[in-house]
Amino acid sequence: MKFTLHTAAVLTSLAIALPLAAAANPILDGYKAEIKGTFTVAAGEKLYKTVGPNQLSCASCHTDSPKNVGKHAKTNKTIEPLAPSVNAKRFTDAANVEKWFKRNCNDALGRACTTQEKGDFMTYVLSVK
Amino acid sequence: MKFIRPLLLAMLVATALTAQAKYNGEDRGKPVMPSEVNAKWQAECAGCHMAYPPGLLPAASWKKVMAGLDKHFGTDASLPATDAREITNYLTKYPSNRWTSSAAPLRITDGEWFKAKHFNKGEIAPEVWKRASVKSPGNCNACHTGAEKGDFNERNIRIPK
Repeated sequence: MKFTLHTAAVLTSLAIALPLAAAANPILDGYKAEIKGTFTVAAGEKLYKTVGPNQLSCASCHTDSPKNVGKHAKTNKTIEPLAPSVNAKRFTDAANVEKWFKRNCNDALGRACTTQEKGDFMTYVLSVK
Repeated sequence: MKFIRPLLLAMLVATALTAQAKYNGEDRGKPVMPSEVNAKWQAECAGCHMAYPPGLLPAASWKKVMAGLDKHFGTDASLPATDAREITNYLTKYPSNRWTSSAAPLRITDGEWFKAKHFNKGEIAPEVWKRASVKSPGNCNACHTGAEKGDFNERNIRIPK
């Protein structure tokens, strides 16, 4: 009996811990530590859909859902999905993530993104299952 | 014999003149793609478009392109300085070896050889460039099926619908 209870407890804690582990991302953690703030899915989704001064948004190339295969608005180049739920390679290399935030924030918003925005954006994209 | 020498000379001069005048000295290299492939050049350029073979432009053009990546044809394509340097070195190591003009266009499609081959003979209808499958003359691989390997042989052209 004791043993069963113990097993159940372990299983329960695993069930709670696993989804958390799956959602955890060292790059996002870095942003969080940097500003000691909190990020929300809603703010990230809003940013994803914001159309900037160049009539471009993230969605212009990455489509309405980060889960979809996108297409470069100018070169026709296929863009692999952004959401790690369908493309595990995304958001695994901090330098690459920074490179693309710099470029794409400039293109879509006409300015650099704040750490708050990067964190919100990632929180949204990581939440899309 | 008396006549042959001046005749030969005239022919030589004529050949030299034509050779020099070809595309006003704005000719792509032969080959356009070196055997050495740089992984960074491949990965970074092909992140957004086909990685254009170094031999399509002269070194002066590549230097300009690489120095202005933050405003790259309307897009921010900036790179960390070390990566930009490595790619610049690769591109300027294998530029066009047939480019004699001092002109250094930013766009491959502004080179005289490109315009002569694509716009001057009336072979390609203007409508073709506007097709969604082609979109722009910069999308070599829309028609040149081997473009990414530096193969621009006419035999391998397939113009999409």
